[in-house]
Amino acid sequence: MEHYNMNLTLKVWRQQNTRTAGRFETYKVSEVSSEMSFLEMIDVLNERLTSEGKEPIAFDHDCREGICGSCAMYINGRPHGPWHANTTCQLHMRAYKDGDTIVVEPWRANAFPVIKDLMVDRSAFDRIVQAGGYISVNTGNAVDANAVAVEKEKADESFANAMCIACGACVAACKNSSAMLFMSAKVAHLSLLPQGAPERNTRVVNMVAQMDKEGFGSCTFQGACESVCPKEIKITSIARLHGEYLSAGLTSNK
Amino acid sequence: MLNSKIPPGALENKWNDYKGHVKLVNPSNKRNIEIIIVGTGLAGASAASSLGELGYKVKAFCFQDSPRRAHSIAAQGGINAAKNYQNDGDSVFRLFYDTVKGGDYRAREANVHRLAEVSVSIIDQCVAQGVPFAREYGGLLSNRSFGGTQVQRTFYAAGQTGQQLLIGAYQSLERQVALGNVEMYARHEMLDIVKIDGKARGIIARNLVTGKLERHFGHAVLLCSGGYGNVFYLSTNALGSNVTASWKAHKQGALFGNPCFTQIHPTCIPVSGDHQSKLTLMSESLRNDGRIWVPLKPNDTRKAADIPEDERDYYLERRYPAFGNLVPRDVASRAAKERCDAGYGVGNSKQAVYLDFASSIQRYGQAEVSKRGLSNIDHAGVMALGEEVVKEKYGNLFDMYQKITGENPYETAMRIYPAVHYTMGGLWVDYELMTTVPGLYALGEANFSDHGANRLGASALMQGLADGYFVIPYTVGNYLADQLAVKSIPVDHPAFLQAEKEVSDRINRLMSIQGKQTAESFHKRLGKIMWNKCGMARSEEGLKEAIEEIRALKKEFWSDLRIPGIVEEMNPELDKANRVADFIELGELMCIDALDRNESCGGHFREESQTEEGEAKRDDQDFAYVSAWEFKGEHNWELHKEPLEFEVAKPSQRSYK
Ligand SMILES: Cc1cc2nc3c(=O)[nH]c(=O)nc-3n(C[C@H](O)[C@H](O)[C@H](O)COP(=O)(O)OP(=O)(O)OC[C@H]3O[C@@H](n4cnc5c(N)ncnc54)[C@H](O)[C@@H]3O)c2cc1C
Ligand code: FES
Repeated sequence: MEHYNMNLTLKVWRQQNTRTAGRFETYKVSEVSSEMSFLEMIDVLNERLTSEGKEPIAFDHDCREGICGSCAMYINGRPHGPWHANTTCQLHMRAYKDGDTIVVEPWRANAFPVIKDLMVDRSAFDRIVQAGGYISVNTGNAVDANAVAVEKEKADESFANAMCIACGACVAACKNSSAMLFMSAKVAHLSLLPQGAPERNTRVVNMVAQMDKEGFGSCTFQGACESVCPKEIKITSIARLHGEYLSAGLTSNK
Repeated sequence: MLNSKIPPGALENKWNDYKGHVKLVNPSNKRNIEIIIVGTGLAGASAASSLGELGYKVKAFCFQDSPRRAHSIAAQGGINAAKNYQNDGDSVFRLFYDTVKGGDYRAREANVHRLAEVSVSIIDQCVAQGVPFAREYGGLLSNRSFGGTQVQRTFYAAGQTGQQLLIGAYQSLERQVALGNVEMYARHEMLDIVKIDGKARGIIARNLVTGKLERHFGHAVLLCSGGYGNVFYLSTNALGSNVTASWKAHKQGALFGNPCFTQIHPTCIPVSGDHQSKLTLMSESLRNDGRIWVPLKPNDTRKAADIPEDERDYYLERRYPAFGNLVPRDVASRAAKERCDAGYGVGNSKQAVYLDFASSIQRYGQAEVSKRGLSNIDHAGVMALGEEVVKEKYGNLFDMYQKITGENPYETAMRIYPAVHYTMGGLWVDYELMTTVPGLYALGEANFSDHGANRLGASALMQGLADGYFVIPYTVGNYLADQLAVKSIPVDHPAFLQAEKEVSDRINRLMSIQGKQTAESFHKRLGKIMWNKCGMARSEEGLKEAIEEIRALKKEFWSDLRIPGIVEEMNPELDKANRVADFIELGELMCIDALDRNESCGGHFREESQTEEGEAKRDDQDFAYVSAWEFKGEHNWELHKEPLEFEVAKPSQRSYK
C-alpha cells in the first residue's frame, strides 16, 4: 500500500451540552498520514486543542475495532463515512486525499439528544431491550447445550442479526429517524431460535410499544438504514418483524 | 495475614463441599441487602443479573454509555468448556490440568479446578439465553482448538464470541433492570471505595455527563472492572480500559497480586506509526489454520508470495513439533521477537512475521471440490472455494485486517507482531473472590486468580462468566449472611463525606496544575518505558532504570499536566488524567514485582533466567508463590507471599516440543 500525507479542512459540530445551541467550527489539520484511522486524525487535532488550552472535541469511542458500537460520527452526510459496512473507528484516512474538506456531525434524531459535540444519548436502545429483548432464563435453569439441536441455517441467520452493535447508524441515516432496523435485528436474533419461541409474541409487541414511546419515527421502507449498517443487517429483518407483529396480534385476539 | 480460604478435602470435592455448607441468605432478607457492582463486562453483567434474579438489590456501574459496550464485547476467538462434545478425550480434569500447566504453575489448583467444573454450565446457560454459537450441519454445537491444548474444546461465534456472550449477559441484565432488581448507572466512573469499620460499604462515583460526584451505599462491593493492559499505552484493549477501580481498592488496603504478569499476544497487527492509538488483535483461532513463518535469509525484501517454500522458516513448527503453531501465547510471542531481533523480520519496520493462509485455503478448497464432486477445476477455482470456507470461519478478522492495513489477506500473507493483550495479575482474592478488604470482591480480569503466569486462549471469557454466574452467587451469600443486622447506611455518614472530599480534592489538584503537557502524552511516555523495560523481556538493570524513570515521570505529571475545561461538566480530559495518574503508580509496582521475581515463568521472562535454548526457566524452589503487594505509602510496598502447593498437577518444566 502506498502511503501519503495530506492537509485537510474539518468542519466539526461543537455543542457545549444538551441545553445550549451548537455550531460548526472549522479546523485545518496538516500532515495527516493515510495510514491513520479517522479517530486517530481527530486525536491529533484534540492533542493540539488541549495543549492550546482549548476543549477537545468530545466523541464516543472505545474498542476502535468496529465491535463495541460506541463511535458514531455523521461524516459528509453519511453515518460512519464513505466505506461500506464500516464503523467510524475503522475508517482510515486513505479514504481521503490532500485538500479535502470533511464535515463531521453527531447523529441527528429526537430520540438521541446531543450530550456534547459529537456525543449523543442512545439510552433509548437499552430501554427498548428492557421492554423484551431477551429470553427469560435465570442462571442455573438451563438444560444441556446440545439437548436442543438448532438448524444450522437458522442459527447462522440468528447470528447475522445478533451481530448488531447498536451504534444507531440506522436511525441517523433514516429520514424518519426510525429504529426499525435495530429492533428487527433483535427480534430476528431471538425468534429464529427455539429458545426464543415462548416469548415471541409479547416480545415484539412490547418492544414496538417502547420504540414508539421513545420518539423514533415510523419506517417507510426506504432502505437507507440497510445501506449504512456496519454489520450488514438486512432490511428483510424488518419485513420479518412486521410478520411477527401481525401474527402476535392475531394470536392475542384469539 | 493471607488466608486463601481454600476448602479442605480432595481437589475434585472442594467446590461441591463448599456449596453444601455455605451460609445462605433467605429470600426476604435478600430484599434488604444492597450490592454495588462496578463494571458490566462479562464478569459484572453476569454477576448483576444473577444476583438480581436471586432478589438482592443491585446497583451496577459502567463508564461507557451502555453496559453492552464493555471491553468484553471485543473478544474474538472463543470460550473453553470441558464438554467433550468432540469425544476427543477432554474432561474437567484435563481442562484443569491444561490451565495449570499453561499458567506455568503459578495459579491456585483449587480455583482452577472449580473453573473447569463450572465451565460446562456456562455453555448451557449461554445457549439457553440465545447465544448463537457456531453449529454443525446436524444442528449441534461446533468446536475449535486454541493454543496450549490438544483437544477441541473451544465454543465460538465466528470471530465475535465475546460480543455474543456479552449480549447474552447484557440482555439478562436489562431484564433485571426492567424488573426493578438492578439499577444501572451508565456513564459513571467509580473513583473511590468507602470503608466503614474496615468493611467496604460503598463507592464514590463521578457522573461523567454532569461531572458531579455521587455517593452510593452497598452491603458489599464487587469490582468487575477489567484488566490494566493499557498501562503499556498500546495494547489490544479498548481505549477506555483502565486500572482506576482496582487501584483505588489497592490504596484502601486490597493487596495486588502478581502485578507484573502480563500477556503479550503473538498475533496482532503491527504498529504503523507514531499516531497509533491502539493495536488490533488477530485472534488466536487463526493459528488453527494459519502458518507462521519468516524468510530463511535475513533481511529478505522479496514479497511473501515470491519466496519459495524451501526458503521459508516455519519456526514454530520447527522448534515445537508437538504443538506447532498452537503453542501457548508466551512461547509464540518470544519466538517471534527472537526471529525479528535476529534480523529475519518482514515488512517496512522489520518488526513483523507472516501469518499465512495460502495452504489452508488450498486444503479447504480441495475438500470442497471432493465434497461437491466437482471436476475440471483449476487452481484459481480451488482457491476461490477455499476462500469461502475461510471467510465463514474468520471473515470479520480478515475484513478488519484489510481495513487497517489496506492489504487483502486472502491474497497476501498477514503481517503480525506480538502486543500487550491481557493482565493475569490483579487484585488478590481468596477462594471466595474476596479481596483483603472485607466485603470487597474482585471478579473477571480484575482479579489475579486463575491464570497463573500465562492465560491460555479462550479462558478469560470462561473465567469472567464462571465468576459472575456460578461462583459469586454462592460466595457473596456466605459473607452477607452475617450482615443482616446492618441497615442501609445513609450516604451522609461521615465516612462517605470524607471519601467524597478526598476525591474532590484530588480532582481539584489535577485541574489546578495548569502546566503544558497533555494526559495523553504522559500516557504514551509511560507506555514506552513499560514496553521497553517491563515488556517481553525484563532484566534487573532495565527494571531498576524503569522504576527511576517512572518516578520522575510521576513528578513531571503532577507539576506540568494540562487539563482544559471545568470540573462540573463532561470533561473527558479530566477522566483521562485521573486514569493516567493511576497507571503511573501501577507501572512502578509492576516493575518492582518483576524485579522481585528473579525467575522466568509464563509471560514473565527474566533475561537472567533462561535455558540454553532460550526457553523460560522457572525456579520452583524460590518462587512458587503468589506475590501480594500491600500499599504502604508513596513508592512503598510490602510483599506478602502466598505459597502455592501443587498436590495434583505436579510442576514440571513446561514442554511443547
Ligand atoms: C481483542 C481481544 C480479544 C479477546 N479474545 C478473547 C477470546 O477469544 N477468548 C477469551 O477467553 N478471552 C479473550 N479476551 C480477553 C477477554 O475479553 C477479557 O479478559 C474479558 O472480557 C474481561 O472481562 P471483564 O468482565 O473482566 O472486564 P471488561 O469487559 O473489561 O469490563 C470492565 C467493565 O468495568 C467498567 N469499569 C472499569 N472501570 C470502571 C470504573 N472506575 N467505574 C465504573 N466502571 C468501570 C467498564 O465500564 C466495563 O463495564 C480478549 C481480549 C481482547 C482485548
Ligand atoms: S469504537 Fe467501538 S465500534 Fe467504533
